[in-house]
Amino acid sequence: MVDRLLGRPRDRETPPATPAPPVDPRDAVWARVQLARNPRRPHTLELVGQITEAFVELHGDRLFGDDGAIVGGPARIDGRRVMIVGHQKGADTDENIRRNFGMGKPEGFRKAIRLFELAERLGLPVVTFVDTPGAYPGAEAEERGIADAIARSIGAMCRLRVPIITLITGEGGSGGALAIAAGDVVVALENAVYAVISPEGCASILWRSPEKAPDAALAMRMSAQDQAELGVIDRVVAEPGEGAHVDAAETGRRLRAVILEELDRLAALSPDELVAKRGGRYRVFGAFDDLGATEPIPGAAERPGLADRLRRALEPVGKSVGDAIGSRTGRDARDARDGRDAGEGRDQPPAREEV
Amino acid sequence: MPLTLPFRPRRETYPPDMWTKCPSCSEMLFNKHLDKNLRVCGTCGHHFRISAKVRLDQLTDPGTFRERDEGLVSRDPLGFVDSKPYPDRLVAAQLATGRRDAAIWGFGALGGRRVAICALDFGFMGGSMGSVVGEKVTRAAEGAFADRVPLIVVSASGGARMQEGTLALMQLVKTIGALERLRAAGLPYISVLADPTTGGVFASFAALGDVNVAEPNALIGFAGARVSAGTIAEELPPGFQRAEFLFSHGFVDRIVTRANLRDELVLLLALLGPAGSTDATPGSVRRG
Repeated sequence: MVDRLLGRPRDRETPPATPAPPVDPRDAVWARVQLARNPRRPHTLELVGQITEAFVELHGDRLFGDDGAIVGGPARIDGRRVMIVGHQKGADTDENIRRNFGMGKPEGFRKAIRLFELAERLGLPVVTFVDTPGAYPGAEAEERGIADAIARSIGAMCRLRVPIITLITGEGGSGGALAIAAGDVVVALENAVYAVISPEGCASILWRSPEKAPDAALAMRMSAQDQAELGVIDRVVAEPGEGAHVDAAETGRRLRAVILEELDRLAALSPDELVAKRGGRYRVFGAFDDLGATEPIPGAAERPGLADRLRRALEPVGKSVGDAIGSRTGRDARDARDGRDAGEGRDQPPAREEV
Repeated sequence: MPLTLPFRPRRETYPPDMWTKCPSCSEMLFNKHLDKNLRVCGTCGHHFRISAKVRLDQLTDPGTFRERDEGLVSRDPLGFVDSKPYPDRLVAAQLATGRRDAAIWGFGALGGRRVAICALDFGFMGGSMGSVVGEKVTRAAEGAFADRVPLIVVSASGGARMQEGTLALMQLVKTIGALERLRAAGLPYISVLADPTTGGVFASFAALGDVNVAEPNALIGFAGARVSAGTIAEELPPGFQRAEFLFSHGFVDRIVTRANLRDELVLLLALLGPAGSTDATPGSVRRG
């Protein structure tokens, strides 16, 4: 955007400007991020009100307290009983302070675990609503074990013997979102986003400037459509008009139809099949190749022992390993030296590559 | 272009290679002594970060470790470019470390007891977890499950690898799913948390050890102290997110110095390991 205003050349991944319409993909994805964060967008309790005939909110994790950022309880949809768990953002500043902007604390995720396990015991399918900037990063959350709570919530979802439908309705913000998003099926609203870190956080680490957030949003491919292409999201539900905020009732109707359809589909599976299929869904995520047991990478900085150095001195050298490594250029060699410097700086503060 | 004489890199870095300044007490440490002391400062006890290879050498019985899946390399699923393309960063890290990604796993013996063991390498892109790290941790858990041996994972990582986007995030579920299956099979899992263990690695397999063992003063946390301090304007308590902080709040079972780590793990395995798994002299490690 700034580049365009200043007439600077664009990044190379940006397609060349066509006469009309000049939609910068960065602007497009950034517009979606803004829609996903729109405070007038219907949040979990409002959607639950639209979707269900009956709902009783339950409170507390039975260990420490109640977290207003995560809500849940039993509900009835079209005569069928389910368990609802979701993040809850506020509609205004007052409510957002009470809801902590939808940022879950350990007690919130532990409440989620409690409700998941209750649902399993009673044989209720689980429907989760995901809409959070991320888990709360404050000191009290660390003191009470936010990472432990997230990991255990994901663990509970992995072993749960009832169907789980996950709806990403707004912001899918990293670990705090994933903690209640490991469903059998993951559905997203059209303008929802999902990412490993907030675009601002990613930009300040990799671009060293939070103003580059739109670039980060584009690079992370965080729109629902992109995530569907990656297989992280199974279904994208169209939003009415300009977005969910213009018609909460219609948004609710569309989500309700999808929930009922998925409930029917998942009801056909036995608990064992459910757990196995869910495990399989997440087991296959990853993009890697296996080069097999090939030679060590040439030019490696791992300091060899005397025997290795002698062996290396005596052996013929120069076999290439992978494609990328084989086509080493001067520039790569320079990068490698930079990398080596970084490698030696093991006692530098950690790179902020956290979720 | 650099020549490929075998001794040249060592000669070139001769002076800084001999001495290391302790970042904690500023003592100049002679590298040979430092290595002999398992890369722990003899003056103040500061634990230096070590590579995954060195870690496995320190922990496993000599000659018993057999690496698995060393040929796994990340693709670039998003076509991610920031100041430079992700594949360039990968190649640079590969050349610098001699490893293809930030984790090593395999089978080895500790005190004669066979285990599946995985170690993360902070020197490779901050030990960040992308597809390969997630896959190796998962395969280590599956290997432990298949062979009915205990699992040990030594973490040292900044968290999920941003360059792989939500596919990196999905590794949290993948690794936790494998640990759940291991848990159901009645096999113990020991998580060793080294400096630093943060973000998505801490919020997945690292937090979930049946026993969590941390090295002294290791940075362990979810949000990274600077993130917390930056986003949430509040005073951070002293020792925030250090191993001792986690210990006092009940999330770490034991804080163990590197000198004692191996013995401690051997003892834990003897007490927790599945009955009748005391085989594994070097010759009996099964392969294939």
